[in-house]
Amino acid sequence: MSTTLTFAKALNTALADEMEADSTVVVFGEDVGPLGGVFRITDGLTARFGEERCFDTPLAESGIMGMAIGMAMNGLRPVVEMQFDAFAYPAFEQVVSHVAKMPNRTKGKVKLPMVIRIPYAGGIGGVEHHCDSSESYYAHTPGLTVVAPATVQDAYTMLREAIRHPDPVVFLEPKKLYWSKEDLELESLRESVGSFGRAVVAREGSDATLIAYGPSVSTALNAAAAAAEEGRSLEVIDVRSIVPFDDETVAASVRKTGRAVVIAEAPGFASVASEIVARVQERCFHSLAAPVLRVTGFDIPYPAPKLEQFYLPSVDRILDAVDDLQWEDA
Amino acid sequence: MQDPSRRPDLDQQATAESYMLPSAQPVQLVDPDGRHVHNDKYPLPDGEALLAAYRELVVGRRVNDQANALVRQGRMAVYPSSHGQEACQVAAAVCIDKQDWLFPTYRDTVAVLARGVDPIQALTLLRGDWHSGYDPYEHNVSIQATPLATQLLHAVGVAHAAKLKGENTVVVAMCGDGATSEGDFHEALNFAAVFHVPVVFFVQNNQYAISVPLHHQTVAPSLAHKAIGYGMPGERVDGNDLAALLSVLGKAVERARDGGGPALVEAHTYRMQSHTNADDATRYRKDDEVQQWVSKDPIQRMRTYLTDLNLLDEEVEKNIAEKAETVAAAMRDGLNAESEVDPEDLFRYVFTEKTSQLLEQAAKLRDELAREPA
Ligand SMILES: Cc1ncc(C[n+]2csc(CCOP(=O)(O)OP(=O)(O)O)c2C)c(N)n1
Repeated sequence: MSTTLTFAKALNTALADEMEADSTVVVFGEDVGPLGGVFRITDGLTARFGEERCFDTPLAESGIMGMAIGMAMNGLRPVVEMQFDAFAYPAFEQVVSHVAKMPNRTKGKVKLPMVIRIPYAGGIGGVEHHCDSSESYYAHTPGLTVVAPATVQDAYTMLREAIRHPDPVVFLEPKKLYWSKEDLELESLRESVGSFGRAVVAREGSDATLIAYGPSVSTALNAAAAAAEEGRSLEVIDVRSIVPFDDETVAASVRKTGRAVVIAEAPGFASVASEIVARVQERCFHSLAAPVLRVTGFDIPYPAPKLEQFYLPSVDRILDAVDDLQWEDA
Repeated sequence: MQDPSRRPDLDQQATAESYMLPSAQPVQLVDPDGRHVHNDKYPLPDGEALLAAYRELVVGRRVNDQANALVRQGRMAVYPSSHGQEACQVAAAVCIDKQDWLFPTYRDTVAVLARGVDPIQALTLLRGDWHSGYDPYEHNVSIQATPLATQLLHAVGVAHAAKLKGENTVVVAMCGDGATSEGDFHEALNFAAVFHVPVVFFVQNNQYAISVPLHHQTVAPSLAHKAIGYGMPGERVDGNDLAALLSVLGKAVERARDGGGPALVEAHTYRMQSHTNADDATRYRKDDEVQQWVSKDPIQRMRTYLTDLNLLDEEVEKNIAEKAETVAAAMRDGLNAESEVDPEDLFRYVFTEKTSQLLEQAAKLRDELAREPA
């Protein structure tokens, strides 16, 4: 039986299912208790599982993160919410110095199975500090698994798998997708073995590959649909997992098409998009008919709501980049 | 400057009890019924000062109402209202002088306006045109901070620089009850105390941080008690009592100006509306609780008090209402007019001089926009 779920509800269902399955899973953060989180991702969890399992903390991100480390050290599986991308920065010290390093430092004796959920990225007309794409900070920090679902089904399956993962996972939730809907076969998904850590081909094509993750996947798919009308066949890769990065799936696609554009909302300089370009170039050099291009945010602070349209990677900008891929007939 | 050897904290006889502990109850000078309550330590401000502040109070309420309306009409992206907290807003702005500084948060628009900032400039942030619309140096009002408690350290820095430069500057740094849980709150108070700088930390305890009630933030006897741990005095005050706020903040500012160092003032008040228009307060608090605060409204009691003093009559009240309407009309006109945003601004202020990368990106955007059919 299929159920129509929003992205937000899929995350909520994943949390509930995992809390049901594993009594060591605890959820905490700011406003995640009775309110159910500012995006309602934890809606109903306190009522259903009690205050011990889903609770509000004092308002301090470093405190939340540091306490999560201790709880994970002592046998629980914390799933913490950072209210918004830019409000996770007070916790950065704990994330970089301890979450990411503890297992390595102790030669694997201390494991930190925990999930750091972060509503992230823009496209919702939010005022400053509510729209940052912070994935590069985390991806640059060895020891952190970093994932970003782009579909309602992935919201559900990837969050469940993140909670089961033995290492700490930074789970990036594209805010602009929270209200998107899909029909899911929840019963079968509950049983299915996921593909955590793998990229997928979101749309098949033969002329060039668009590589995207999180909020940019839907933009890439729209660009591919528009390109198809103009007779150009674009393949779209949904990266899903930034760390680990699925070189195999991405390289296979680019070897097939010979051209690639990487799309991300974050500023392009020293970014995940740059890393992907480098990896593709290293692996696919002899198959490439053109340099791998990037369509990213500008190298500026995330703009105010009225200017965000000029900042975000758009279908037009992607198609422009595709046009620049040194086509013989051009 | 006071003789440092007479600083209370250097006085061997001084104990936490004698100068740091807050009053047993929040200081109140005018009760909810508009009657004067005597207090040995805090004198009532004079009638003229109260009347001037009352005027700002009425304007402040009108500003909140108008801003809420403009959000509903889609003219602003979001507005965190200070409805019910206007006495705190006004007192924070008027307790300092021109050369002093104010460090406000996202909720403190009314304080920012009471300090003289142009309403349209102040609302630029919430309208969504830019991250801030006013020049902080024009009225010595820092940007309205969103990342909680971070601004408190900036306030300490401004005060410290003023001290090093020999300037006679006091800084009022505002935050909410929730923000007192952040690490930066602790660091700011400690730095201020260690460097003995003229900052008054002003916490508006409106009982909630979005949905989270105060007892989830702290089990300290009060937020004002936290001051003792840093070696500074703490005081608590009825945050809906304009007279008490002016007196308590006034005293803390004076003390800071005289070289007495920082202080923490906690105002007990209530957030009458949702956190912002995007929030639904009925999910986490009962209407009964909200109703209990209606009778404690800051405006009503001041009106009664000033009327009894014969400082306020229909004529004066009418003048004040007209002033409030003028401000509201300016807000409406300003926000109903279409504002121009310039995409080139995206690149203009990131660095003093654009990097070659930004020059390239700006050129690319310019090309793109030139190609678009108008
Ligand atoms: C570092 C940080 N974390 C989280 C937030 C999100 N946030 C915005 S306002 C708020 C509640 C703040 O409560 P309080 O300090 O009591 O001030 P109030 O909003 O009641 O005026 C939260 C959690 C933020 N702005 N900054």
